[in-house]
Amino acid sequence: MDKFRMIFQFFQSNQESFMNGICGIMALASTQMYSAFDFNCPCLPHYNLAYGLGILLVPPFILFLLGFVLNNNISMLAEEWRRPQGQRGKDPAVLRYMFCSMAQRAMIAPAVWVSVTLLDGKCITCAFCTSVPVETLGNASHPHLSQGEIQRVLARIPCKEIYNGQQLIANEVAVRYLRCISQALGWCFVLLMTTLAFLVRSLRPCFSQAAFLKSRYWSHYIDIERKLFDETCAEHARSFAKVCIQQFFEGMSTDLVAARCHLPRKAPADAGEAAEKLLGITDQGTMNMALKSWHRCKPPLHLHPPALPAGNGWAGEGQLPTHPSAPRKETAAYYSWV
Amino acid sequence: MDRFRMIFQYFQSNSESVMNGICGLLALASVKMYTSLDFSCPCLPQYNMAYGLGIMFVPPIILFLCGLILNRQSLVMLEEWRRPPGHRKKDLAVIRYMCSSIMQRAMVAPVVWIVVTLLDGKCLICAFSGSMDPQKFVDFANVSTEQVQQLLAKVPCKDDELVRNNTSRKAVSRYLRCWSQALGWSILLILIIAAFLARWLRPCFNQATLLQARHWSNYIDIEQKIFEETCCEHSRLFAHKCILHFFESMQQEIKLHSFSLPREGGGAEGREGLLQGITDQDQVNKLLKTWYYEKPPLDVS
Repeated sequence: MDKFRMIFQFFQSNQESFMNGICGIMALASTQMYSAFDFNCPCLPHYNLAYGLGILLVPPFILFLLGFVLNNNISMLAEEWRRPQGQRGKDPAVLRYMFCSMAQRAMIAPAVWVSVTLLDGKCITCAFCTSVPVETLGNASHPHLSQGEIQRVLARIPCKEIYNGQQLIANEVAVRYLRCISQALGWCFVLLMTTLAFLVRSLRPCFSQAAFLKSRYWSHYIDIERKLFDETCAEHARSFAKVCIQQFFEGMSTDLVAARCHLPRKAPADAGEAAEKLLGITDQGTMNMALKSWHRCKPPLHLHPPALPAGNGWAGEGQLPTHPSAPRKETAAYYSWV
Repeated sequence: MDRFRMIFQYFQSNSESVMNGICGLLALASVKMYTSLDFSCPCLPQYNMAYGLGIMFVPPIILFLCGLILNRQSLVMLEEWRRPPGHRKKDLAVIRYMCSSIMQRAMVAPVVWIVVTLLDGKCLICAFSGSMDPQKFVDFANVSTEQVQQLLAKVPCKDDELVRNNTSRKAVSRYLRCWSQALGWSILLILIIAAFLARWLRPCFNQATLLQARHWSNYIDIEQKIFEETCCEHSRLFAHKCILHFFESMQQEIKLHSFSLPREGGGAEGREGLLQGITDQDQVNKLLKTWYYEKPPLDVS
């Protein structure tokens, strides 16, 4: 149990830092993704807006969902939410706490993507280049150009190589203007997010500290209980499997001995530990038959009760006498009500 | 208990260094952010000042708020400030001490940003190029007012066709950069002198009060951490007991429903303990189903 205790304390103390670590990694991943992404503005009047806003808004949505998917606690939240009440009441405050802490962590990577995109400026330049105020920045009195033509020329602003409207409005002027607006939006967005985070974090101790401590304790408890239950079940499964397999080998050994009409071996009082571990199977043919039987006919998931200690010294720690086959089936039916 | 003692000593010695580390990281992050930021002055008369001053002052506010958010002690201080007195009086000196140490650490990154911005010069050139007196510069002296405003606004943009290769543009740029760097170095000097004086002169005033405040602020921090550790330990034990009770109650139920002879103890005790009397696929399924449909009550008395 000491080992389990250490493992659980590790998980508990590091659950928060583990989640924060994943959160930070996703934020870094989103900046990397942005820099690796090859932004390619279409430079066509109606496509620019769709492309620019798409790149601005769709990846954050994906990152937000990914933040939930990568969070282990989402299944815990769902389980706690959907379980029948039974003998234990459900506390909506705990569910709200769990959801809020997960949502906050999942929001960080999308916010980083939106900030980096706005501060870089390419998306807004692509999306809004057709809305540049030509009157103030350029030559609105440029003749012989219909509205549609002007739109087409302006749409090519992000693509310097094919831009042909230098007389209408200088490319650098328009790009600088749009980038300035984009950066202003970006900084305002970052300021807003930081202010919100600050307010959320600093107003909580002022208002609902006791309720917060309660929710935090019980949400940790639910998490620990789930892990401990899984560990206990795993331990149980291990013991179950060990006994099941031991009984299988003993069953095989007994069958083979009965089939060959050998005299029973010498009492194990003078057989060493190694002989005990061999479980009565000591030659190639027997072993092959055991392996074949294990594959073709696995034993039922039902362990025989241990025997009463008999007088012949057989009832050691790991030994179980086998039942004959017929009663085994009866007891299987016997237990199968539940 | 030894392990706990080691962990608490670690927390004690490292609370300050963790916070100093975060402070340093934020300062480095602010320099990195500035260098990776693509500063592009709009070079338009109405927008220059807003952009230049915005870039100089908005990120420091953001960095200051980040410094407060990332510092664990700010939460501890707020809790201490807002808690009901109960059986324990509140000492305002401790709260003031904590507040001042938090603020000092949070101010480092914004100051670094402002100083780097001033030493670099681009922000000030962008913001104040339109406020220069055109008469002082040869190429701008004899131009009409609106046009001179346009030209001055374009000074930060070296490659703009209107002011490319314009010697007066370079003159304005150099002049503003000189002022900007002078301002930057002066601010840095004043702050360092202030920090030096504060650190040197502090022992001359109220040293005893300071020691007390520092001790009790450390104490509050440690107490908070120990409380969280104890709650974790408690919830683990609670869960352990709860699950054991659950397995025992399942075992009882199975014994009640089955008619097997009571088992003898002895050799089978060990294995029996591990298997908790659950030795059948159906019993295991029932146990798992009961765990989901009817979790045991939170009561291990």
